[in-house]
Amino acid sequence: MSNRVINWFRYASPQTFYPLAGRLIPWFWALAAIFGVAGLTIGFLVAPTDAQQGEGYRIIFLHVPASWMSMFIYLVMAFWAAMGLAFNTRLSGMMASALAPTGALFAFLSLWTGALWGKPMWGTWWVWDARLTSELILLFLYIGFIALQAAIDDPRRADKAGAILALVGVVNIPIIYFSVKWWNTLHQGASVSLTKAPSMAALMLWGMLLCALACWMYSIAIALMRVRTIMLERERHTDWVRALLAEKE
Amino acid sequence: MLILIRAVIGRDLRLAMRRQADIVAAMFFFIIVVSLFPLGVGPEPDQLRKLAPGVLWVAALLATMLSLPRLFAEDHRDGTLEQLALAPQPLGLVVLGKVIAHWLVAGLPLVLLAPVLGIQFDLAGDALAVLTLSLLIGTPALSGIGAIGAALTLGVRGGGVLLSLLVLPLYIPVLIFGAGAVDATVSGLGPQAHLSLLGALALGGVFFAPWPTAAALRVALE
Repeated sequence: MSNRVINWFRYASPQTFYPLAGRLIPWFWALAAIFGVAGLTIGFLVAPTDAQQGEGYRIIFLHVPASWMSMFIYLVMAFWAAMGLAFNTRLSGMMASALAPTGALFAFLSLWTGALWGKPMWGTWWVWDARLTSELILLFLYIGFIALQAAIDDPRRADKAGAILALVGVVNIPIIYFSVKWWNTLHQGASVSLTKAPSMAALMLWGMLLCALACWMYSIAIALMRVRTIMLERERHTDWVRALLAEKE
Repeated sequence: MLILIRAVIGRDLRLAMRRQADIVAAMFFFIIVVSLFPLGVGPEPDQLRKLAPGVLWVAALLATMLSLPRLFAEDHRDGTLEQLALAPQPLGLVVLGKVIAHWLVAGLPLVLLAPVLGIQFDLAGDALAVLTLSLLIGTPALSGIGAIGAALTLGVRGGGVLLSLLVLPLYIPVLIFGAGAVDATVSGLGPQAHLSLLGALALGGVFFAPWPTAAALRVALE
C-alpha cells in the first residue's frame, strides 16, 4: 500500500512524468482515432435521419462532446490549480496551463457548431439564451486565464495567479449559469440525462458517446504533449533536460 | 478587528481625498458614457426608457473597472503593501477595509449620480428609486469581486486591459440582477426577487472576495 502512495508522488516530478507522458501519448492518440472513426461512422453512415431535424442534427456528434469537454476541462483545470496551490507541486500548474487552450478550443467549437446548427433549426445563428450565453462566458473565463498567465513572466507566479483565478471562476460558474438561466431560456432541455431514459435513438446515442470518448482521448493526448513542451521550457536549466537534449542531438 | 478595518478605511479615504481628481474623473467617465447612448441610439423617450437600466449598469461596471487598478497599485509601489502583508493582522481584513473604502470612493458616487442620469432617460419615479437602490446594493459586490482582479494583475504587464478581461465576466450576474430589478419594476412585476439576489451577491462578494484577494496579493509580493 505504502508502495503505491510513493508511486503516485513519484510521477509528480517533471523528470519522471516526462518519459511516462511520452509513452502514454501514442496510446491516447490511437484510442482517439479508433473512437473517432467508430463514432463518426455510426454518426454519419449508420444512424438514421432524425424525424424532425433531418440531416442537420448530425452536428450533435461534435457539438455535444465539445460542450461537455469545455465544461469538464475547466473543472479538471481548477482541480490541478487547487492541487498546485495546496501541495505546491510544479507539475500541477503546468497541467493547468496545458489544459486551458484545449478547453478554450472546445468552448469555441461548441459555440461554432451550435451556430451552424441554430441557423437551419431556429432560423438564427445566435440567440441570447441561457446555455449559449454561459458557454460564451466560459470561453471568456478561459481567455482570461490564458491572458493572465501569458502576461506574467515568472512561471511560478503565473501558475499561482492563474490557479486563484481558475478557482474563483469555478465558484462563479454555477452563479453565472443560474443567473443567466433565470434571465432567459430558449435552448431545448438536455437530451441526455442520467436520471431519465435518453430521448434519442440508441444508435445516435452510441455515436455521440463514442465521439465524446474520442474527444476525451484527444484532450488527454494533446494536453500531455503540451505539458511535455512546457516542462522542457521551464526545466531547461536542469540536468535531466540537458541530458535529454544532448541525447537527441 | 474592527479597529483595524476602520483604520484602513480611514487611511484610504484620507489618501483618496488628497487626490480628488481621480474620483471626479471616474464620476465624469460614468456621466459621459451614459450620455453617449442617447446620442448613439436616438432621443425617442420610449426607447431610452427601455435602455436606461442596462446602460446605467454597464456604465457603472466600466466606471468601477476604471478605478480598480488604484486599489493596490499605489501601496504596492511605495512598499506599504508589503508592510501590511507582514503585519500580524490577517491580510484579508486589510483587504476588506480597502474594499469598503473603494466602494465609498468609487461606488457610492455612482449611486448618488444615478437618479439624475435616470431622469435623462425619462425614467418614472419608482423605476428611478429601484435603479438607485439596485446600484446601492450591487456596487459593493463590484468592489469586492474587482479586488480579486486588481490583486491578480498587480504589477503585471498591460494590467488595465487584462483586469477588464478577468473581472467583467465575473460581473455578469450583478449586471443581470441589477438591470433586471429595474426592468421588473417597469414591467410591473416588482423588484423584490432581483434585489434579494443582488443582496446575496453583494454579501457573498464582500465577505468571500477578500480571501482570494489576499492570496493573490501574497503571490504578487513574492
